[in-house]
Formats: sequence, structure tokens, C-alpha cells
Amino acid sequence: MPALLEVKGLKAGYGPTHVLHGLDFRVNEGGVTALLGANGAGKTTTLRAICGMVRTEGAIDFLGQTLQGRATEDIVRRGIAHVPDGRGTFMELTVEENFRLGAYTRRDREIQADFDRLCGWFPRLKQRWRQQAGTLSGGEQQMLAIARALLLRPKLLLLDEPSFGLAPLIVQEIFGIMRRIRAESGVGILLVEQNANLALELADLAYLLETGSIVMSGIAAEIREDEAIRRSYLGY
Amino acid sequence: MSASKGLHPEAAIGPIAVPAATPAWRRGLYLLVGIAVALAPLVLLESFHLFQLTMAVIMALAVLGLNIVCGYNGQISLGHGAFFAVGAYATAILMSHFDWSFWATLPVSAVVCGVIGYGIGFPALRLAGHYLALTTFSLAVAVPQILKHKSIEDWTGGVQGLFLVKPDPPAGLPLSPDQWMYVVTLIVAGACFLLAWNLIRSRIGRALIATRDNPTAAEAMGMDIASLKTRAFAVSAMITGIAGSLSAVAIEFVAPDSFSIFVSITLFVGMVVGGVASILGSLFGGLFVLFVPNIAEAISKAAPGVIYGVILILFLFLLPDGFAGLLRRIGQRLRIRP
Amino acid sequence: MDGLAHQIVAGIATGGIYASVALAIVMIYQATHHVNFAQGEMATLSTFIAWSMIQAGMPYWVAFFGTIVVSFAIGVVVERILIRPVANAPVLTMVGVFIGLLLIIGNATGWIFGYTTKVFPSPFASDKPLFGGLVSAHELGSTLVTLTVLVLVWAFFRFTRLGLAMRAAAYNPRSARLVGIRVGWMLALGWGLAAAIGAVAGMMVAPVVFLDPTMMLGILLYAFAGALMGGIDNPAGAVLGGFSVGVLENLAGAYVVGTELKLTVALAIIIGVLVVRPSGLFGRVVLSRV
Ligand SMILES: Nc1ncnc2c1ncn2[C@@H]1O[C@H](COP(=O)(O)OP(=O)(O)OP(=O)(O)O)[C@@H](O)[C@H]1O
Ligand SMILES: [Mg+2]
Repeated sequence: MPALLEVKGLKAGYGPTHVLHGLDFRVNEGGVTALLGANGAGKTTTLRAICGMVRTEGAIDFLGQTLQGRATEDIVRRGIAHVPDGRGTFMELTVEENFRLGAYTRRDREIQADFDRLCGWFPRLKQRWRQQAGTLSGGEQQMLAIARALLLRPKLLLLDEPSFGLAPLIVQEIFGIMRRIRAESGVGILLVEQNANLALELADLAYLLETGSIVMSGIAAEIREDEAIRRSYLGY
Repeated sequence: MSASKGLHPEAAIGPIAVPAATPAWRRGLYLLVGIAVALAPLVLLESFHLFQLTMAVIMALAVLGLNIVCGYNGQISLGHGAFFAVGAYATAILMSHFDWSFWATLPVSAVVCGVIGYGIGFPALRLAGHYLALTTFSLAVAVPQILKHKSIEDWTGGVQGLFLVKPDPPAGLPLSPDQWMYVVTLIVAGACFLLAWNLIRSRIGRALIATRDNPTAAEAMGMDIASLKTRAFAVSAMITGIAGSLSAVAIEFVAPDSFSIFVSITLFVGMVVGGVASILGSLFGGLFVLFVPNIAEAISKAAPGVIYGVILILFLFLLPDGFAGLLRRIGQRLRIRP
Repeated sequence: MDGLAHQIVAGIATGGIYASVALAIVMIYQATHHVNFAQGEMATLSTFIAWSMIQAGMPYWVAFFGTIVVSFAIGVVVERILIRPVANAPVLTMVGVFIGLLLIIGNATGWIFGYTTKVFPSPFASDKPLFGGLVSAHELGSTLVTLTVLVLVWAFFRFTRLGLAMRAAAYNPRSARLVGIRVGWMLALGWGLAAAIGAVAGMMVAPVVFLDPTMMLGILLYAFAGALMGGIDNPAGAVLGGFSVGVLENLAGAYVVGTELKLTVALAIIIGVLVVRPSGLFGRVVLSRV
């Protein structure tokens, strides 16, 4: 399968501290790659590196073109939507305005149709259309964040722990939505998750990160079946 | 710009190191050389230039006052001209209405300014960064109007202001009033600089700097931040007020319009150019604000302001630790590669 | 009673000026969390530009709109050249840059146009008192102009894509970049807009206070007071605050302290608000879950 995102020898850090020490990974077109790892392993930093939010070294190729050294807004405009940790919602603005911002870079006529489609996916957001986003519940905010990211009509979606802090039922709902995204829209997803079981179920490729290096990688389904790996690396 | 790693987000300015202690004999030597250099102008300069130098030392003292609260303690004041004005008026009123001697007015001026500074320090506690800058800026804009007001006209002389005379040199000293004024200024300013020097190197001084760089940690270490900040404001106002007193007698005149917002701005420029959080820097600042406008005024009446602005911004961009910082770095270079 | 009514109407007229400048200050504060001490000086420079256009024979309204465009450009350029490089610098550096800007613009204005007071024309025939002397033509006209500006600005932020992007960039620059907004340019646009609003305020107030390089200093103080009253990060509050301060100032000037202490009234409002309610009297509660 052709690569949507191909990363080679990625190093990144904050100021003088190095956090990532040369990562190689890929996201296939229309595929889901899971990035797993303990707290502080560097998962969030990896997503930030792709979006040009931290200092990086190495090759980051998206659709055959390098992203290295580009500004965040330019990377986004090439079709990469990022739901960062903390969700990146505009708390002071309404749900509707968050939607409009999601489609900020678009000029086409299908924006309204996309609004309707996403409101169908997330009926709860429709009910809170004119409400300040800061007043939404955690689960609703996560839905809003995903909706906002999809409104970009991205080719690649970066998701940073979409299940973080949510009740199991809501997590199920959100993963249901992601399955739908994978099935319906052909968007590639790079998924950072603590919940390895769920992530591996959704993903086709998986990488395990430990203190800034990839210690294991492979086909998601195989890793899920391999009890030894599960015990030693994923702890379940 | 110095690296700001580990700096508290609320910190107003970057961290600036306090130089290590110098051995006693070196300090003594520096002091002697300093006194000799300070007194040399008495014989080298004629009266007008000596007057200018007197004013430069006075401005340096005023900048020093600002530096204590702003540079060392991180409370941004754009209104220190107000304290300068209060000091000047305290001395002028006591001398012209009550025939006090200049020396006698100094403690009064110091106490009045200290008390007002302490009083302003309280609301200032609640005002972070820009709010304090904005409030003190507004205070400075309002000062001339307050000084002109009818209700205090009997004391302040209203728009006309007050005239006074320089203190006479003590009988037996072969000095002109201008020369004596210079000596008086040196004595007063010298005492204040010494006081500030010791203050900054004391436990209190370190606490001032700690509250500036990381208020949360300072509080966790048991420092009483509120009391530190208000006291810093008081000492700072006192020193700038004393400079105001000196300027009143040196110029022999006070009037509301000489205390416009530009006095405050001048002090601020002097502090940045001389060196934020540097005692020696305050001295450079005083020299700068007095002599650079003189040179610039040759071009146009507006030139000093424009040049001030340009120099201020250039320093902030290129030399944020001012002249003093530049010298410090040159000194370090020389020491490393003699 | 007539006197009181007139004081209030006159207060609303000057209040419109304060509201405009307060709005300019709040816009920049929202985006950068810094107070632009040079906002008044920038407005004065704009007014002088308008004055020279009129002197050169341009019709008033041509000069008016021409000045708005030029002022907008000046605001953008200032942000790009002076503010951007120190965007992440400590507060003291930023305050210093604003003071430097104030010095440069204020004195350059004096240098170029001179320090003599100039008469600035009003586009509204001002000899005939309206409504039985309740309001002068200029008071009415300038109030309408400032209100129009305020409504336009509100509509821009509320309804346009660019306005929404500017708000997003101000509230949350990181997230704004993640939806593709060029945040740097939004800040520059904000500066341009603030400068343009200030220019209108300057042109409306100049016929009343006369034009000289220090014209806006006192007005800036009132604008500060208005902005703080409304809560410094609340544009609607700032506008309301500006109008309130205008009325308050006029009433205090007429009945309490006399005109010689007007600046002190502004100072008292500033200190009073900051000590009693630092978030502003009309401070809106930002709801957020963390
Ligand atoms: N803004 C920052 N400045 C300095 N260091 C940072 C910053 N953000 C993260 N780090 C450091 O980088 C390392 C990796 O952090 P990162 O947030 O990428 O981990 P993570 O895998 O996402 O962890 P978690 O599962 O807890 O979200 C950590 O050691 C962290 O302390
Ligand atoms: Mg993380």
C-alpha cells in the first residue's frame, strides 16, 4: 500500500532537551496507524513534530513532499488535521463558530453539507449549536474536536488520546465514529492511544514508543494476537 | 536575550545574575578611585558643565530608585516622575514657605515619598505587569494637572511654581554655589547608592530578585511577598523623591509642567539603556538621559524624543541588559582571554 | 435640568471617542495581552495626516477615508517591524517597546507638523445648535460616526470569516494555527484595524480639542479607564465603559471637581476599578472546563 505519511529518522525536542531519538514509521493511505507508549514516551511530541510545532530533524514526507521546516498553518493547509492533547477547542466560541473555523481553509460549496453530515454523526453537537464550547462536557468537546478536524477535509488525521478522561460508553461511541471515518472517507489516521486494545483493534499498523525510540512495530492484528508482546510491552 | 528556561511565566524580566562578592581590599581601592574620579570635575569643569554633571548624577539617583522596584523587583512603573515631583515640591515648599535649610528638607521629602510609595505599593500588589504599568503611566500623566490645582495653589505656587536658592557653601570652603551643589549631590547620591548597594546584596535584596523571577517559589519558601513588594516600592519612591529634592535646589525652581509624563519616561529609558537591575547601570542611565538629549537637541526640538525612542528600542532588541550588561560581558571576555 | 441633559448628551459624544480608543486598546490586548501605550500617539499622527490632506485641498471625506487606509497600513507595518520580533519577550521589554513607539511617533509628529495648535475642520456644520441647544451638530455627527464605526467593527468580528479567524487567533493562537489560520497576519490585521479606529476617533475629537502633538494623551487616559471599566479583554464592555466614562467625566467636570481635575478623575476611575473589580464592572465570566 502506498504511504500517505512516511517518517524517517525523526528527532525532536524542546529547547535543549531531546525527546525523540530517530523514529521511523508510516501511515498508509486510508490506513490507521496506532502509536502506543507509556506516559512521557514522546507520543504527543511526535504529533507536534509532524505539524511543525516543535524543532525537528529528519525526514517527514507527506504525499511524497517534505513537511520539514514548514509552518504549522501551511502543513495544515496541505491536508493534515490535528486534534491535539487538550483538544484545541476554542472555548470562548460557540459550537457553530468552532465548526466554521474547522472549515476555515475551505472555499468550496459543500461546507454546509459537511456541517449537516457531521451533525448527523454527532447529534448532541447539533443540540448545542449556539452554546459556548467551554460549557460542553468532556465527551462533547472531544466530539467537537473531531468534527472540527474532519471539517478541514483532511487526508491525514492526527488524534492525540481521543479517549482521554472519558467514560467507557463515550469511548465506545468515539471509536465507533473513527471506524466510520476509516470506512467512509478514506482518511488516514495516526492514532495516539493509552487504550492499546481499542487502538490495535482499529489500526492496521502499530508502533510502540519507549522514551523517544520505537521499540517494537508491526501489523496491528498480529501484535494483538501475540500474548508475549502484549504482556511485556502493553501490560494487559 | 538571555535564555529564559525555568523562568516563571509571570516574571517581568529575564533573570540577571548578581556578581560574586569582591575582596575587601579591592573594594576599598575601587572606592578611593571612585571618589577621586567623582571629585575631579570640581577642578576640571566650569560652572555650566558642572551643573549639567550635577543634574546627570541626580537623574542617575532617580533611575536607581526606579531600578529597585522595576529592575530588581519586577514591578513595572511608568510613573516614577510622580515621586520625583513630590520630592521636589516637598523641598521647595519647605524652603520657600518655611525657610527650612535644604538639608532639613531631605528627611521630610524622603519620608513623604516613602509613605506615598508604600501607599501606592498596596494597590500595586494586585496589579500584575501591564496593569501596574498602565496605572503608573496614568498617574504620571495626571501629575501636572494635580500640581496646578487651585486648592493647593497657596503652597505650590500654581502654574508659576516656586523659586528657591541653592544652599550656600559652608564658610571657609573655597567653593562656588555650583561647586558646592555638586558636592552636596555627590554626598546625597553617594549615600543612596551605598544604601542600595548594600540592600541588593543583603538577604532582602536576594528576596526581591527571587520574588521577581519566581513569585510562586518565593512564596513557597516562606517569603512574605506582599510586604517585600510594598517595601520595595517605598524605598524606590524614597530614593527617586530624594533625587527630586536635589533637582529642585539645583535648578532653583519647580513648576508643574516640568513634571510631565516625560520625566517618568526619561527615567524608564535611563533604566533600560543603563542596565535593568544594575546599580552601576543606573549611573550610566543618568549620564545618558542628561547628555544625549543635549546633543540631539542640536538637530531639532523633537529630535531627542525620536532618538530616545529609537535608542530605547534598539537597546531592547540588541542589548536588553543595557550598558552595564555590555560592560560586564566585555569584562568577562577580557578576563578569559587577557 | 436642561444643563444636566446637555452634559449627558455631550458626555455621550466624547464617550464615543473614548469608546473607540478603548476598543482599539482592547483589540490589541486580546490578541497580545499587552497594552499599547502608543495608541493615542498613533491616532494623533493619523489626524495630522488627515489635516495635511485637507490642507492639500482634498475634500473632507476623501481625506477621511484616505487617512483610514493609511493608518491601517501604518498599524500593520508597526506590528510587523516592531512588535513581532519581541512577541515572546518579557513584559518589561514589551512595555519598553510600546514606550519607544510612543516617543518616536509622538515626537516625529511634532517634528514633521510643528507644535503649534491647529484648527481641524468638522464635516458637520457646527454653528447651528440642534434640538433647542441640547446638542451641537458636531456632537451629533461625531457620535453617529463613532457609533457607525463600532457597529461595523462588531459586524466584522461577528459575521465575517476573517473576523472569526482574528478572534480565534486572539483567544487561542495554537489551535488557530491548527485550523490553518495565519496567526501572525491576524495580529498585524488587528493592529491595522486598531490604528484605523484610533484614526477615526482622532479626526472626530480634533475639531473639539484642537490639533497638536499631545492631543490624545488625556483621551488615552479616559480610554484606559473605559477599557478597564468594561474588563480589559471584553470589547463590548470597553465600548460601554468608554461611553460611561465620557458621561461620568462630563458630569464630574460640571458638578463636582471642575474642569482642572479631569485627568485626575480618569486616574481615580482607573485605580478604583483595578482595586475594587480588576476584571471590570461589566466583566463577562468566561466559562470553561479544564
Ligand atoms: N513543552 C514542553 N517543554 C519541555 N519538555 C516537554 C514539553 N512537552 C513535553 N515535554 C517532555 O517531552 C517528553 C515527552 O512528552 P510527550 O508529551 O510527548 O509524552 P507523551 O508520550 O505524549 O505522554 P502522555 O502519555 O503523558 O501524554 C516528556 O519527558 C516531557 O516532559
Ligand atoms: Mg501526550
